[in-house]
Amino acid sequence: MPARATDVAPSFDPIGETTLLVRFGSRIDASLNARVHATVAALRSAALPGVDDIAPAYASLALHYQPAVWADGGALPWRNLADAVGAVLAHAPGSEQANPRTIVIPVRYGGEDGPDLEPLASLLGLSPRHLVERHAGGEYRVAMLGFAPGFPYLLGLDPALHAPRLANPRVRVPRGSVAIGGAQTGIYPSELPGGWQLIGRTPLVLFDVAREPACLLAPGDTVRFQAIDDEAFGALARAPQ
Amino acid sequence: MSVIVNKPGLLTTIQDGGRRGHAASGIGHSGAMDDVALRLANALVGNPLDAPALEFALHGPVLQFERAATVALCGAAVEARIDGETAAGWQSLHVDAGSMLDCSRIPRGTYACLAFAGGLLTARVLGSASSDVNAGLGPRALRSGSRIELSAPDPRAALPRRGLAWTLDPRPWFEPDPDRPIRLVRGSHFDALDSTSRRALFEQAFRVSPESNRVGTRLDGPRLALATPLELVSEAVAHGTLQLPPGGQPIALMAEHPTTGGYPRIGQVAAVDLPRLAQRRPGDAVRFEEISLDEAQTRYLQRERELAHLCESIATRLTR
Repeated sequence: MPARATDVAPSFDPIGETTLLVRFGSRIDASLNARVHATVAALRSAALPGVDDIAPAYASLALHYQPAVWADGGALPWRNLADAVGAVLAHAPGSEQANPRTIVIPVRYGGEDGPDLEPLASLLGLSPRHLVERHAGGEYRVAMLGFAPGFPYLLGLDPALHAPRLANPRVRVPRGSVAIGGAQTGIYPSELPGGWQLIGRTPLVLFDVAREPACLLAPGDTVRFQAIDDEAFGALARAPQ
Repeated sequence: MSVIVNKPGLLTTIQDGGRRGHAASGIGHSGAMDDVALRLANALVGNPLDAPALEFALHGPVLQFERAATVALCGAAVEARIDGETAAGWQSLHVDAGSMLDCSRIPRGTYACLAFAGGLLTARVLGSASSDVNAGLGPRALRSGSRIELSAPDPRAALPRRGLAWTLDPRPWFEPDPDRPIRLVRGSHFDALDSTSRRALFEQAFRVSPESNRVGTRLDGPRLALATPLELVSEAVAHGTLQLPPGGQPIALMAEHPTTGGYPRIGQVAAVDLPRLAQRRPGDAVRFEEISLDEAQTRYLQRERELAHLCESIATRLTR
């Protein structure tokens, strides 16, 4: 029986005096990432004192903390905190996540919204229509948000769609652009510079500080894409969000 | 009644203790580049230590006061003037209604904080008033004509009308000397550097690049290289993380850094030296000296205790 990701003890890697990285592996892997989300949930409910932020990533998570709160006893704060995290992990569920949400992202593929769709399809030996079908046919998991507020890195891209990043990144990628970079797909939540290949655009607002919650997507969410036409795009773009 | 920005200077923003609790959404902490300066400036005017203040860099603003206020300047050495008269940093100062505070000349250091007694009436975004210029969060950088609304000072913080008769010694808290080394802990990927680069990191001098900003201090100097390429997946980074992009010029991530990164982390600037690195000016030398994580964390705890003690004694003197 192959070893499961949940069987491996995490390593603790302090990134300086106020951040403790807890690492489960060093690969982009769905089971490692599921373990990250389960651990984050367990750590949030444990509410360890002095921990003021938790940053999940593909195969690791980071705790930003106040060392003074963990300065009791002979050991240094990062060692005390690592012990406390170890104790939480010992009682945490492996990688099962209770009821992940599923969010459908409507996308207008190709055209001005997806200037890289046709060249990418020909690079991958697919028709643009097949590329869209495969992209919209997948089920994805929000592995992490990073790079910019609300930018989701999605796991689950069909290997036939893995694509190189652009040699010359764009200075401005429009808000809502849906893109492929390497083995990942993602959505630009605001106008940003970017080097991923743009295949479409969603009218949904992924990030708005005036909204509660500000982010449409959260780590661990399930995401599906749905191809839409100009009319549906226009209607959604005008709807309040 | 408020304070009007006559000239904004190079980059004047509102900063507080930072935006915490939203890293999972890709939202960074931001906050003051020199958080010791922020805390001491707030302490000197009787504010909570992480209250919002003005932060400016290299060339500060000129401010017109519509109402009287008590302020304090800490961090970079500002040759401040109130209506043409020299105004000292590291103490509380009274500014009359109608007066002009000129902070444009900063001969030493880079980032200064100007705190106002009672604090600023500014909207908080996700729990913080800090500008995150890069992410477009919080108040925008100040421009000519921007208004800064002041809160009424807390009456319990009974500040003397002419300001305090004493000044804090800035020496332990502001140290812009570019010849003193910056202490650095080996990062997770230090061992992946080639042997020349491992030596160069601690033996050769770098220079602060003019491209540096609130996101990162970019270092010109010897080009560093990995012995063999690393395939890394993105994970969290922190204030002070020394990243190595493919070009070979390291970047020390500063207050406005993104939450995650995928470049090799070759070092971590000791937290006690982060304000000192923030105060280096473009062109200044940076030499790294190795420190263990355990020693760095011990020194950090000691610095925090000394700072807390100082802030308490300032508070006692303010209310006496």
